Amino acid sequence: MTTATDNSAANSEVQAAQWIRMYRQMVSIRLFEEQVNELYTRALMPGLAHLYIGEEAVAVGICEALRRDDYITSTHRGHGHCLAKGASPDRMFAELLGKEAGYCKGKGGSMHIADPATGNLGANAIVAGSVGIATGAALSAKRLGTDRVAVCFFGEGALGQGVLYEVMNVASLWKLPVIYVCENNLYTEYTHYMETTAGDIPARAAAFGLHAETVDGQDVRAVHAAARQLVDIARRGNGPSFLLCNTYRYTGHHVGDINREYYRSKEEEKHWKTERDAIKLLGAWLIEQGLADSTQFAAIQLEVESEMKKAVEFAVAAPYPDVGEAEDDVYA
Amino acid sequence: MPEVIARELTFGQAVREALAEEMRRDTRVCIFGEDVAEAGTPFKVLSGLVEEFGIERVLDTPISEAGFTGIAVGAAMAGLRPIVDIMFGDFITLTMDQMVNQAAKVHYMSGGAWKVPMVMRTTLGATRRSGAQHSQSLHAWFSHVPGLKVVMPSTPYDAKGLLKTAIRDENPVVFFEDKMMYTKLKGPVPAEEYTIPFGVADVKRVGRDITLVGTSSMVQVALGAATLLDEIGISAEVVDPRTMWPLDEKTLIESAKKTSRAIVIDEGYERYGVTAEIAAVIAEGAFYDLDAPVKRMGAMHIPIPFSPPLEDATVPTEKSVFEVARKLCGRS
Repeated sequence: MTTATDNSAANSEVQAAQWIRMYRQMVSIRLFEEQVNELYTRALMPGLAHLYIGEEAVAVGICEALRRDDYITSTHRGHGHCLAKGASPDRMFAELLGKEAGYCKGKGGSMHIADPATGNLGANAIVAGSVGIATGAALSAKRLGTDRVAVCFFGEGALGQGVLYEVMNVASLWKLPVIYVCENNLYTEYTHYMETTAGDIPARAAAFGLHAETVDGQDVRAVHAAARQLVDIARRGNGPSFLLCNTYRYTGHHVGDINREYYRSKEEEKHWKTERDAIKLLGAWLIEQGLADSTQFAAIQLEVESEMKKAVEFAVAAPYPDVGEAEDDVYA
Repeated sequence: MPEVIARELTFGQAVREALAEEMRRDTRVCIFGEDVAEAGTPFKVLSGLVEEFGIERVLDTPISEAGFTGIAVGAAMAGLRPIVDIMFGDFITLTMDQMVNQAAKVHYMSGGAWKVPMVMRTTLGATRRSGAQHSQSLHAWFSHVPGLKVVMPSTPYDAKGLLKTAIRDENPVVFFEDKMMYTKLKGPVPAEEYTIPFGVADVKRVGRDITLVGTSSMVQVALGAATLLDEIGISAEVVDPRTMWPLDEKTLIESAKKTSRAIVIDEGYERYGVTAEIAAVIAEGAFYDLDAPVKRMGAMHIPIPFSPPLEDATVPTEKSVFEVARKLCGRS
């Protein structure tokens, strides 16, 4: 397993300001998701809401290693990836509420945010649905001679889909600049992954000749160090890789998944929230290193709260699309 | 004056010429699929392309239809114009999520932000003694999905002109080729550049008494039946919609209004097939001018059997179309 200390050389290149930016990004994702929970429980948000709370270090650690024009694909639990890649909360909320001002003019919703301006090829509500898309984007980058890379985010549930192995095989054969990021949050919906996943996870990718690594997904410094290394490999034309990030989903599979005792204990949840929280871990390290103090964190909290409040107000006030738009955008 | 002899190509040669011309015209166009390079596919339709365009643009893939179709979706989104080759139309089942949930929906779900300019070329047609998993005509499946365009050429001329249009289209297009036509059907194809727009039916034969709507392989069957009908004094008009979607409803309805009778002939399974949709369009649009119910003729609702006499009985023939038309026109 890669740890932050193993990569102290890489870490030293990261300035304090960047760590604080990552801290802020993680807080943004968490507070965004808390607002989503609020909107959903107040019945202002239609559909389903799959919260990313607890997993923030993965999206932030990876996306901080990417350029704006690099590609990502995301999942049904994708708000964190989209925000970390540069999406703005107001248009995100607008999309979640089905409003015209949303990233997809309200046609996509929570599970389908896409944004060409930030290289976001789209969140995908089919488990493993975007593995081909990310791999294809990497093929385009290679063929067109850009040095863009593609990151494919998916949960460990996607390990059950055969198409993942089809595209990893091709990515390895064709040396494509793609990084498969597996977020193992322990639960495929309501079932522990050990009940559905045989053998060793990174070994599956290594079998196809991919660079395969495992990191503590609660340690944003470790995630970021690994991501920098793998992005560098991809950008230099040295082929695809697979990064397993061990993490935890604090809330239910979706907002309505409240009584979870039948599949996991409250003690387990408490352990991750108190001992393994990515924001707390980075905050403690920054203080320990003398790079920040608690007043800075309090200020960040207030700023982001205010930003999210304004973004929600924008989205709530924004108009729905005209019904006449239903038939637009079926064909380009 | 020397006699001008029209240049004739086989159906397969017309397809190859369209591909080669478009690959010369646009370096973003590339082909991937199983045995597409040196082998030129089992049907030899792609012979010579890898020699001209290289393995960077004519890529042999593993036997992973879902994987390479998904890669085509992402490659198209990120700037290439891929053409995937699905050897037998029966294998589209393996690509369904990539085509139906990904390719067809990316543009709409992203509110028009992303587009997927890709072509899937595949085959249809029975009577090749290939058994139940290599003989189906499954174009109705894709015709059911908004976001896809479905093309079914019936002549070398149409194949070339429509395929060039498909490659230049900004949307995912599925292009069905009758594998029995590749070498057996020859026809005039001008050497000069031309394209054929989608959604424009072609009247292959003008007639007065009955309209025979034929698709792909069944256009030749309808023309053969029309010749037989001529011998008993029935003048049949043969209309080829050429694209299932977009569908040229106007031409279909106008022909049926003129002749007052119509049979729709297609090689897909008759039940819930494209014949049902086209028959409904005619029945709704020409109701007050019809002198008989609109008839459908498609493949029998059984898996395609291997045994030659059994297989031959599954699809409409000149004789069976002739018989149905004769009865519909009130001749005993």
